[in-house]
Amino acid sequence: MMPAPLVSGAVVSTSNEVIHARAASVRFGDRLLWSGVDLHIGPGTFTAILGPNGAGKSTLLKVLLGLQPLAAGKVDVLGAPAGAARRRIGYVPQRGGFDRTLRIRGLDVVRLGLDGSRWGVPLSAIRARRTREAVAEVVDLVGAGAYAGRPIGELSGGEQQRLVVAQALVRQPELLLLDEPLDSLDLANQAAVAALVQRICRERGVTVVMVAHDVNPILQFLDQVVYVAEGEAVVGAPNEVITTQTLSALYGAKVEVLRASDGRLVVVGTPEAPALHADRHAG
Amino acid sequence: MTLFDYPFMINALRAGSIVAIVSGAMGWFMVLRRQTFAGHTLSLVGFPGAAGAILIGLSPAFGYFGFCLAAGVIIAMASPPVGSALYSEESAVIGSVQAFSLACGFLFVNLYHGNLNGLTNLLFGSFLGITNGQVLSLLAVALPALVALGLIARPLLFASVDPEVAAAAGVPVRLLAVVFLLLLGVAAAEASQITGSLLVFALLVLPPATAQVITGRPLLGIGLSVLLGLAVTWAGLVMAYYTPYPTGAFITTLSFAAYVAARGIGVLNVRARTDPAPMRETLT
Repeated sequence: MMPAPLVSGAVVSTSNEVIHARAASVRFGDRLLWSGVDLHIGPGTFTAILGPNGAGKSTLLKVLLGLQPLAAGKVDVLGAPAGAARRRIGYVPQRGGFDRTLRIRGLDVVRLGLDGSRWGVPLSAIRARRTREAVAEVVDLVGAGAYAGRPIGELSGGEQQRLVVAQALVRQPELLLLDEPLDSLDLANQAAVAALVQRICRERGVTVVMVAHDVNPILQFLDQVVYVAEGEAVVGAPNEVITTQTLSALYGAKVEVLRASDGRLVVVGTPEAPALHADRHAG
Repeated sequence: MTLFDYPFMINALRAGSIVAIVSGAMGWFMVLRRQTFAGHTLSLVGFPGAAGAILIGLSPAFGYFGFCLAAGVIIAMASPPVGSALYSEESAVIGSVQAFSLACGFLFVNLYHGNLNGLTNLLFGSFLGITNGQVLSLLAVALPALVALGLIARPLLFASVDPEVAAAAGVPVRLLAVVFLLLLGVAAAEASQITGSLLVFALLVLPPATAQVITGRPLLGIGLSVLLGLAVTWAGLVMAYYTPYPTGAFITTLSFAAYVAARGIGVLNVRARTDPAPMRETLT
């Protein structure tokens, strides 16, 4: 049997791995975005995908969703090829907030996560009640009860982020994929949303994979880190990966990891990432 | 004799009601999807279509449907892909389609011996003189269009509000965009035969926009939009019956008044809710 040094926590057999990638590569046109990525993520763990802009962090999430085909290698998600188990995955994409004039209630946005992909007109009263209860339950879970009835465009960034997390959770997914959910939030809201995701991970046993620009708000919660840079990825425990040696080897240049007195990590000296607009806007 | 004793009034009310219901429902999604410019263009291209059809001796209905559906396809194909913010590209394509089709319309009307009365009818419609057959053919188009809208309603709402998550959940976002523009084209083509190319836009945009100012609940919003459309259409027809002024002017003015009133009340409500905020600001 293959050794599983990259799986955090207890020994997890490959059979119940939530994500298993082998030598995965992604190509945009004639440019190899990253290659040879091996990834094992066990159930109920919290993993962060880190790295500079344009390294292909969001693309890695799209691969897990089955929305981005691989150039080589293989990715299994929830025991099936990526994309096959999409209904068991909750996804929170990177977005610049809802249009301020969008006149749809937060509750309805959450509800779309449950029945938005269903065709036809809902007629069953029993199902309607179950839907309402499921929506109310996740809205409660994320603590959005006070404002979920207001149009989502009027809400603050932190309030919107809680509601889209609720939307991703309403179908009770086994895997939650989040793309920079803390990006546009102030520090207090970053901490609150990070704690919320951690709670969902621990209490509900949902496996969480989060793309993050800044590791610090979630550092204390992480089981595993995937650091993507220079066309490769390093996988391991945070204190093994976010080190001067590992990141210098990955970048192929002198990179320094500094620890501030409050425990925050700062990575200094990373080379400028090649400009790739696709990552932030379309990729 | 009351106005309900005249068959032409009955048929005007019937036709107006069908048009108001379809426009209210389609328009709600159009406003939600920020596609009022596309809707405007789809409404307008019916005019050159009908003028062209008359010119070559066909029924104007062929022209309305042909041009509206073709324009729907062109706009859908020119739409930017999901997740990108390239609205400018879409707007430019729509604007070009609109400008060219208007030019064609005026050319066709001119070639047809410059019949100005026909031009007025094509642009502003004629509610009077609608036959039973026309009402039935309106219904034959409206019912399937509404059923189709009902079938795609939830995925369409998902794709409109949250395209990226919808795509990740397996909703065919692009296909829905095409289907919706075709349905909008059908609605516009159908309505413009009665209301004219200019008035159809009033019914497509004003009642839905008013409903969305009033409520953020999708189902309630669509219902309200339909009811508002019906109310202004009936009121407009009745007012036009008792006055020498055109129906379309009344319908549009009433819709506009409702919209302005809803916006005004909305602004007042927001003020009332956020009143303490300026005080806090002056304290700090």
